[in-house]
Amino acid sequence: MISFFAGTDRTRRATSGLMTTLTALCTVVAVGILLIILSYIAMRGIGALNLRFLVDTPRPVGEGGGIGNAIVGSAVLLLLSCVVGIPLGISTGVYLSEFGGGAFATTVRFLIDTLTGIPSIVTGVFVYAVIVLPMNHFSALAGGIALALIMIPIVARTTEEMIRLVPHSLREGALALGAPQWRVTLGVVIPAAASGIATGAMLAIARVSGETAPLLFTAFGSRFFPRNLNEPIASLTVQIYNYAISPYDEWHAQAWAATLVLMTLILGINIIVRFLTRKRF
Amino acid sequence: MSTSTPTITPKLEVKSRATLPARPTKIAVEGLSFYYGHTRALQDISLEIPERMVMAFIGPSGCGKTTFLRTLNRMNDVIPGTRVEGRVAIDGQDIYASGADVVELRRKVGMVFQKSNPFPKSIFDNVAYGLKINRLTSNKAELEDRVEEALTDAALWSEVKDRLKSSALGLSGGQQQRLCIARALAIRPEVILMDEPASALDPIATSKIEELIVDLKRQYTIVIVTHNMQQAARVSDLTAFFLLGKLIEVNSTEKMFTAPDEKLTEDYITGRFG
Repeated sequence: MISFFAGTDRTRRATSGLMTTLTALCTVVAVGILLIILSYIAMRGIGALNLRFLVDTPRPVGEGGGIGNAIVGSAVLLLLSCVVGIPLGISTGVYLSEFGGGAFATTVRFLIDTLTGIPSIVTGVFVYAVIVLPMNHFSALAGGIALALIMIPIVARTTEEMIRLVPHSLREGALALGAPQWRVTLGVVIPAAASGIATGAMLAIARVSGETAPLLFTAFGSRFFPRNLNEPIASLTVQIYNYAISPYDEWHAQAWAATLVLMTLILGINIIVRFLTRKRF
Repeated sequence: MSTSTPTITPKLEVKSRATLPARPTKIAVEGLSFYYGHTRALQDISLEIPERMVMAFIGPSGCGKTTFLRTLNRMNDVIPGTRVEGRVAIDGQDIYASGADVVELRRKVGMVFQKSNPFPKSIFDNVAYGLKINRLTSNKAELEDRVEEALTDAALWSEVKDRLKSSALGLSGGQQQRLCIARALAIRPEVILMDEPASALDPIATSKIEELIVDLKRQYTIVIVTHNMQQAARVSDLTAFFLLGKLIEVNSTEKMFTAPDEKLTEDYITGRFG
């Protein structure tokens, strides 16, 4: 080492060491908090968890009962929200990225960004006013639509971003073969962005599967297994909310167990998505 | 890689073409100007390209050769804010006339890009794409035949015949470019535009593409943009020299590289600028 550089070299090493330590520390704090939450939930929840709890319907205090109907209800609500939200979201994203150069698209993009920031309880109240009140009753349908409204902007924006990442050369390659614009979009651009679009959709699913507030005003909750979409339906999050604010220790324990189940399901969805959208080439 | 030893010795001398065969005009360009917004990228270009010949466009970077190439299949249409003036006729039909069918035009005028751009699909599906969207085949057997034929014409068949179903992105750069050529050939165009097709390839892959161009000339009219003057000399019958958006000279390649009419052409070819 030439002595002329020794001083600067020492400073550089010290700075580098300090910054590495700082960033590592921040990572430990961030991940640490998450781990504490997860392990605390697991600790509190594991006690009340058993097979019967997973398949039974809720019962009065002292008689046990379970969250089977809430698990089914959450699945139904998610399915409904996907059926409504994902096609709408993806179509909007495709429009924005492929055809959205003008003032209309800019406005739509701005509105979508605003929509993403709207508190979910506002969405719930909106659906209550627009769907629940005219129908005169709470329903799974209203709940699914409320969740779909939360999904649409997320799916639309991720789809747009993912499609923008598809190289322009692919579009030109297809156009040069005499493909009309719509066939280029459907046959080349969307397939090339498919894994990214799927990731966006799954993120949206994971996001809404944790929503409680919009369901309080729409799906309301139920103590029975769902029979049709036109009546109130149970969901894990509302069930957790109801049990957590009750004065009974048994219900508190069940709320923790239900939280553990919900968390595991969301984790499961995330793992499946990672697996389905892993890089193939 | 093929087993035969490819020729990589640079053939700097121009092949002797004492007389070029007289052929009918395939592409006729008259007074073409092209604008990106307010910038005029091409100025009043007039040029005729005879059928079943190779014409090379040479000139320094930014001189408009790629822009000009892309006006021939209206590929510039996809760039917002561009404008064309003048007339481009292929087989006597003005391709910029109102009511001209862009899709039909691009079926007739295929294109190979500077950077190979295979679709993220299988090798087979890449070549079959143009056939499928244009509904050029009526059954599966015919489709398979046409794909094999295109891959054979692009000198790629022997290298990929055992892995047609695997991803096109797994091919080497040179193979990907030949795949793109096969993709363009599959729909049997009449003209093939090539935008520096070998600029990203090694000498072996380049010589394969060049041999291919010379082969393809028997059936197709080929227009090739190249930065490489040896390449222009090796593959083309005619050469056009562009500078700052203007067409300076068009001549037989032999004349162009031995006794050009214009001083600017000579300066460029002998390396005095550019």
